[in-house]
Amino acid sequence: MSTFPVEKIRADFPILKEKIRNKPLVYLDNAASCQKPQQVIDSIVHCYSHEYANVHRGVHTLSVKATDRYEGAREKIQHFINAQSTKEIIFTRGATEAINLVAQTFGKTNIKAGDEILITAMEHHSNIVPWQMLCEETGAVLKVAPINLQGELIFAEFEKLISDKTKLVSVVHMSNALGTVNPVKEIIAAAKAKNIPVLLDGAQAIPHLAVDVQALDCDFYVFSGHKLYAPSGIGVLYGKQALLEAMPPYQGGGDMIRKVTFEDTEYNGLPYKFEAGTPNIADAIGLGAAIDYLTEIGMDNIAAYEAELLDYATEKALQIDGLRIIGEAAEKGAILSFVLDKIHPHDIGTMLDSLGIAVRAGHHCAMPVMDFFEVPATARASFAMYNTKEEIDVLMAGIEDLIKIFG
Amino acid sequence: MFDDLRDLYQEVIFDHNRNPRNFYVMEEADRKVEGFNPLCGDRLTLFLKMDGDKIVDASFQGSGCAISTASVSLMTDIVKGLTEAEAEALFTKFHEMTTGKEEEINLEAVGKLAVLAGVREYPARVKCATLAWHTLDAALKNEQASISTE
Repeated sequence: MSTFPVEKIRADFPILKEKIRNKPLVYLDNAASCQKPQQVIDSIVHCYSHEYANVHRGVHTLSVKATDRYEGAREKIQHFINAQSTKEIIFTRGATEAINLVAQTFGKTNIKAGDEILITAMEHHSNIVPWQMLCEETGAVLKVAPINLQGELIFAEFEKLISDKTKLVSVVHMSNALGTVNPVKEIIAAAKAKNIPVLLDGAQAIPHLAVDVQALDCDFYVFSGHKLYAPSGIGVLYGKQALLEAMPPYQGGGDMIRKVTFEDTEYNGLPYKFEAGTPNIADAIGLGAAIDYLTEIGMDNIAAYEAELLDYATEKALQIDGLRIIGEAAEKGAILSFVLDKIHPHDIGTMLDSLGIAVRAGHHCAMPVMDFFEVPATARASFAMYNTKEEIDVLMAGIEDLIKIFG
Repeated sequence: MFDDLRDLYQEVIFDHNRNPRNFYVMEEADRKVEGFNPLCGDRLTLFLKMDGDKIVDASFQGSGCAISTASVSLMTDIVKGLTEAEAEALFTKFHEMTTGKEEEINLEAVGKLAVLAGVREYPARVKCATLAWHTLDAALKNEQASISTE
C-alpha cells in the first residue's frame, strides 16, 4: 500500500480540498460518480479555449484540430479496453444510452415474440428497464437469474435459464449496489456455447479493474465516463464490428449519413452510423484525458490498492455491533453497502454528511436488490483510488458515534 | 458530536422514532391509504376512523427514517379530534413551516409539530417529514390508491 502514490493522486483532485460543513470532505460516493483530476478539467478548458470547433465538418484549422482530438480520444478508449478497431467504439451519453441503443437496434432486429433476454437479479435499473420496454414492444420475455444471500450470481441457475429461446445475455460486470464482480468469463463461455451474444454493463467495473474486451470475448461492453474520473454526459458502447455493421442506425441526423436525397439515404460507416448530430466533443476529449491519467497510474495498481482499502473497511465494519454488510461476495470491488440495526440509511446519510462524509443512502437504482435483501435501502460507502485508510477511520468513527446518539 | 444536527434531530424526534405512537393496524378503520417515498424507501400505511367529517382515531404501520417516523407518529396524535378542514389547515401550516418562506412560518400554529421545523435546512429531508401529511391528505380526499412523494 505504501508504494501507491495516493497523496500525489489526491493533490490532482481540486475538490478534495473542499470543506463540507466546516469539515474536510471525505468523498465516499464514488459508485454514484467520481471526482475529476485537474488534468481532465484542464483538457476541457484547453479544448474550449484553444481547439474548439465542430468535428468532421470544416476544412479550417480549428475543425481539423478538434476532429483530431475527438478521434484521438476514441483511439485511447480503443487501447484502454483493447478493442480491435476504433470502428467498434461508439460515443454515447453514458452506459444507459448505450444499453438503450443496443435494445432499440440490435434488439428490435433480432428479438421477436417468445424470445428471451437473460439478465441477473443484481442489475441496475438501466439494465432492466430498456429490456422491459423491448419486451413490451416485441412480446419477448425477460428472464432473471437469481442471486444468493452473499449477493453472488447462482451460476447453476443462470446456466439453466439459457435456452434455445435466449437471444441475448445482458449482465452487470460489477454490481453498484453490492460490489459483486460477476464471473463474466464463465457467463460468456456458457452463452457462447449456444451462440448467444453477451452485453456487459461495465459502468461500475471500468474504474476498478482492467478490462480487455477481446480476452473477455463479450459482444457489447458499455460504460460511462463520469464514473471513470471523466465528465458526465459522455460514455461508450463497444460492440464487435460484425454485429455493429449488421445493426440498423439508432438515431437519424447529421454525421451518420453518407448521402441524403429525398428519396433515399445512405448511412455512414462505423462508428459514425451510431453518432447522429454534433457529438459531445469536449467531454469525449475529457474522457481521453482521464484514460491517459489512469493509464499512467496503471489499472492493476489501482485495483490492488482499492482491494486493500476494501479489506480494511470490511474488517473495521465487522467490528461494529448492529452493522450488517449487504453484499459479501468472494469476488468484490471497492463498495461497502451496509445497514444499521434500527437506524434508517437516510438518517445515516444526513448524520455522516454533518461530519463531511459523503455516502449514498437509498436503493442505488437497484430496487429489486433491496427487495431481495428485505431492506428499504442501504447506506453505501464506495471507494476510489484517491481514498485513504484515514478516511475509512473517519467513516467508522462517525458510524459508531451516530449509533450512540440514536441510543 | 453532531452539534450541527441538533435542530434537525431533537430529542423528541429520537423519542418518537424509538417509541412511535399509534403504531398498530386499525381493524375498524374507515380510511386506509399507503404512502411511499421511492427515493429513500419510506413506506407507511395510515388508518383513520371517521365520524362524519371528524377524525376520531388515527394509527399507522410501516418503516422509515427517524424524521418520517416521528412525523407520522406526531401527526396521528395531533389530528385526533380534528375535522377534515382543521386537519387540512394544519397540513398547510406544516407545509409552510417545512418549505415556505421564512415570514410565513408560524410555529405556534403547528404546536408540537414545531420540532420538525429543522428540516427546512435539509432540502433532501423535507419529503421525509411531509410524507405522512401527503398520505393524510389523500386519505381525507378518500383516495384509496397509494400515494407517492415523487
